[in-house]
Formats: sequence, C-alpha cells, structure tokens
Amino acid sequence: MILTLVEHAGGSPEESSLEALTLARELSTATDASLEAVAFGAESAALREELGDYGIETVHRVADDRLDTYAPEAWAESIAQLLDTTDTDAVVAPGTDRGQEVLAHVGAKCDLPMAANCLDVEAGDVYELSRQRWGGSLVEHARLDGDPKLLTAAPHEFSPETVTATAETAVQPFEPSLEESAFRVTVDRVEESGETGVSLGEARVVVGGGRGVGSPEDYDKLETLAESLSGTVGASRAAVNEGWRPHDDQIGQTGTKISPDLYVACGISGAVQHMVGCKGADNILAINTDPEAAIMQKADYAVVGDLHEVVPELNDALANER
Amino acid sequence: MDTVACIKRVPDTGAKITLTDDEQEIDTSHLGFTISPHEECAVEEAIQVADDHDGTATVLSLGSADTEEQLRTGLAMTADEATLLETDGEEWRPRKTAATLADALSDDSDTNPEFDLLLFGNESADVANHQVGVRVAERLDVPFVAGVSDLAIEDWTAVAKRDVTGGTEVYELDLPAAVGVKEGLNLPRYASMRAKMQARKQSIGRQDPVAVEFDGGIEKVRLEAPESTEGAAEVLGEGPDAVPAVVDLLRDDLEVI
Ligand SMILES: Cc1cc2nc3c(=O)[nH]c(=O)nc-3n(C[C@H](O)[C@H](O)[C@H](O)COP(=O)(O)OP(=O)(O)OC[C@H]3O[C@@H](n4cnc5c(N)ncnc54)[C@H](O)[C@@H]3O)c2cc1C
Repeated sequence: MILTLVEHAGGSPEESSLEALTLARELSTATDASLEAVAFGAESAALREELGDYGIETVHRVADDRLDTYAPEAWAESIAQLLDTTDTDAVVAPGTDRGQEVLAHVGAKCDLPMAANCLDVEAGDVYELSRQRWGGSLVEHARLDGDPKLLTAAPHEFSPETVTATAETAVQPFEPSLEESAFRVTVDRVEESGETGVSLGEARVVVGGGRGVGSPEDYDKLETLAESLSGTVGASRAAVNEGWRPHDDQIGQTGTKISPDLYVACGISGAVQHMVGCKGADNILAINTDPEAAIMQKADYAVVGDLHEVVPELNDALANER
Repeated sequence: MDTVACIKRVPDTGAKITLTDDEQEIDTSHLGFTISPHEECAVEEAIQVADDHDGTATVLSLGSADTEEQLRTGLAMTADEATLLETDGEEWRPRKTAATLADALSDDSDTNPEFDLLLFGNESADVANHQVGVRVAERLDVPFVAGVSDLAIEDWTAVAKRDVTGGTEVYELDLPAAVGVKEGLNLPRYASMRAKMQARKQSIGRQDPVAVEFDGGIEKVRLEAPESTEGAAEVLGEGPDAVPAVVDLLRDDLEVI
C-alpha cells in the first residue's frame, strides 16, 4: 500500500495534498500497490467523492473527536499505529508545514529516515529519488531506505490530475489508542488575519516590488496596478529588509512561494533566492532599468525602463481600458 | 529562563553555487560561510527571551572545527555561551544529528533537558531536511511546533504562532519546549565591531559527540545544479513607450484584463 496524508478543509482536500496524491499514484502504479489515504477529522461525503476522483481506493479515517483539531503528535502517533496494522510501502505527505512536521514525527516515533521535498521518485527495494536542496536551486539525488519509506512532495512540483475511471472509495474507520499526552501540542485558536484581499500564495496576479521601488510610498503605484489586475502586492527580501513592506509580503526561499498566472516583477534583480519563490508563476513580466539584470533571463516578458515612469503610465492605460 | 539556539554553518547563501567535480558538495573554495537565515532569527529570539526572562542564551552547533566562526557570530550578537559538537566536517544525516544534539542537551543521568526553550531554524538553508528539530524534541520528550513566525513567553508557556492561509494558528506549549522558527520572527541584530572583538576572546565549549550509528537511511548519491532552461525574455519595449504592448499582452495573450 502507498499511503498519502490528506489535509482537507471541511471535506475539500488541500491542493498540496492533491499534489502529494499525484506522486503517490505514480508509486502505486509502478509497484502495483494499492493507493490509500489517511485523513483526520469529521467524515464527509464530499471528501470521499473527491478522493475517488484521484484514484484513492480506501480512506483511513482517523476517528477521535480530539483529532478534529490539528495536533501533530497525535496525528503522527495515529499514522504510526496505522503502519503497525497495515502493509505499507511508503507514506507520502504534502511538503507543507503540517506535512513535514507530522511525517518527521512519524520518522522519529518509528525510527525511520524521511526524505523532504521530493521531486521525482523511482520505487524499488530502495527508492531512488531526487529532492530539493538549497531552497530549490540545487537537486540532490539520493537513495531512501526504510520500511516503510517516508517522503514529502515538494510543493508546486506535481500537477494534480484526476483519473478517468473513478474508483468507489471505501472509508475505513481507524481508531488509534491515543494518550492525553499526544495532545499536548494542538492548535489552541486561529486568529483570522482580517485581510479581505487575496493572499499572496493564492493570488492569480502578483505585482512584486524590489529595491528599485525605492520607498514605502512608491508601493502605491504597485497597489494600483495590482488592483486593476485583481491581484495582490509582494516584495523582495531587499524591500522587506529596508522596512518598506512587512515580511508577510516576501516572496522567495525564506518567504512565500507563489504560483500566479502572472507575476509582474518591478525593480527586482532576480536573485536565485527570489526566483525560487516565483518559479511557479505561469508568466513573468519584468520591469527593470537594467537590461543585464538576471531577471531578464528568467522572465518571459520584459520592459526595460524605470518603473516609476512605466507603472503609472500602465495604470492610466488600464484605467482607460475599462 | 535558559534558551538554546541550534545553528548550522552553511556556505554563503547569497552566492552563486558551483559544485565540486565529484558532485558531492558545494564548491566552497571561493565562498564565505554564514548561519542560515531562519537560524539567525533563532539566535536573536534566544537572546531576547533570555534577556527578558533573566536567563542565559546558548548557541549550539554540530559541525567542523570551522563552525567556531558561526558560534562567535552568535556570541557577538550577545549570546552568553557557545558549544561546539565537533565533527570531521562530513555531512551528518538528520537522525544522527538529532540524536547527538539531544544527547548534548540532556544531562547524563536521564533525559532532563538542560534548557527551558530550544530554538531551531525551520529548515537549514543548505540541505533543508525539515526534521532535526522534531527528532530532537521527540528524543527529549518536549513539545515542538514548526514554522513559527511569532513567539511570546507568558508564565512558563510559549505562545507560538504559525501562518496559515487567512490567518495564524496559535499554539500554547508548556516549557520546556522547542520550536522551529522562520525568518520574519524578528530582525536579527548586527553585531557591533566591539562585540565582535570581544567574542573572539570568549571561550567556546567543546564536546566530542559520541554518535549513535544508524543503519540504512537516506544516502546522498550526487548533487546537481539544474541547468537553467530559460532564455532571454521577450522585450516589449523601453520605458513608457512599451505600455501599449504591455496592455495588448495582458488583454490578448494572458487574458488578465
Ligand atoms: C539565505 C537567503 C535567503 C534569501 N531569501 C530571499 C527571499 O526569500 N526573497 C528574496 O527576494 N530574496 C531573498 N534573498 C535575497 C536575495 O539574494 C537578493 O538579495 C534579493 O532578492 C534582492 O532584492 P532586489 O532584487 O529587490 O534588490 P537588488 O538586487 O538590489 O535589485 C534591484 C533591482 O532593481 C532595479 N532597479 C533599480 N531602480 C529601478 C527603477 N527605478 N526601475 C526599475 N528597476 C529598477 C535594478 O536594476 C536591480 O535589478 C535571500 C538571500 C539569502 C542569503
């Protein structure tokens, strides 16, 4: 069996879990093993149906009211107990904060190695895999041993695809025996950000501003551009370090990874640590005074020019388009 | 309240990366070294918490003898103590690293942790294995939260926040506890020249790690610096004159307006 940890919000699986499922399905096809999932929280017909669309034969639903709230150690302990009772070749988790954290706990509890942020995995006695290092700018080729193998799927590297012949997904309740101590780490509360706009990670259009923007006030132009494209504003680390934008806006290796349809990079040089964060963009348009800037090799489209002249002119033109 | 920040010596993260001929390592012959950015925030937080709660801040690292340089950076940032678990410089995998750190962080007789708050970077800049902190916490039987972007200590409870879509998750951990922090948690201080001079004279505790050996696991075969497949961008024009072409692109090709 290839087991995938599926995170879901009210029965609707997270995109990152569907990506992990894609990797898991490759492994199950290659080894002729069954494709199964483990999910926590209340049962939902919608979840079952959707997982069926992705070829999941069985969902192990971990039933314990206390598990409706995320608790990493309890999740990991449940998975460890599930592994004891099943014949599992590999556990695949999404490369999210939760996915990495839970699987690392499973690794610690079962004394197994774990490979984080995998890009490509070939199943066998020992798995041959490649994984991201150095924020995604280096690839490590490695061999992973373990019974089962534990791996997480690098975010935005696998495109979720449904299967044509949808399977009828069976739900298998699983009741782990969990001590109170397994719940010592749990989400106490969630504070809503109160922001009404689209979040950076989900925006279809992102307008990024770097050191070339020059001041916090000059982001107004970028805000206007983002607004007319129904997008949101992001920033480079240089701009964040200057204190022009909050860290939440940072795109890159140590910031948010974005995957919009369009990324407009204004006054950004295109350092590798920045590009790691925006390589999921379908299209990149760079506005930069320097025709030799690294971003000019990495963008799809470019305007060579001063963003302080180009962006206001573009804003006017877009206003006229309406 | 005593804090410990675990740090790692990594090649200068801003530099262009080339590999050694055998594709086993980053070629560091022309590179400086640094502390991973997430871990720099861990050191800053360890110092602030120790200062605010009347304790000591320690920086701890497992690595080659050269790692002294990064530990001294921690001391120059005003950490009180530094300890090096000296290895021959070979890259240790996460299980072994974590077991060794955990041993160093508990006293001999049992697994009583010798800290109130233990901080890790969420993942190291170079290998990014995302697991050392969790494994250390599991060995020492202390609670752990990864991806922490905000931390407050209130009455022997660590209130840790993690960003999620649309807001933040709040966790409350009884101390002793461990966290994996992310850049943005604080602004790490620059060490003054004077602090750097002083740090040079401070002594660094050394321990020879007695490593637990593990069978199997994850073995690096080789590294690869992917060839960039990108070509040059299509230049739509220069300056404001390019705007009509940009509008056409947005409307007709990309359909975002
Ligand atoms: C470990 C580590 C992690 C990092 N993580 C990140 C990260 O997550 N995100 C990130 O962004 N960076 C990150 N960096 C930093 C990264 O290496 C670069 O320093 C940073 O991205 C540079 O930001 P920038 O392009 O805005 O600034 P610069 O490199 O200074 O570039 C400014 C650009 O603006 C152009 N420009 C100037 N004026 C104008 C104008 N008027 N109009 C148009 N163009 C103009 C210039 O030609 C130049 O190309 C990280 C670095 C390290 C070491």
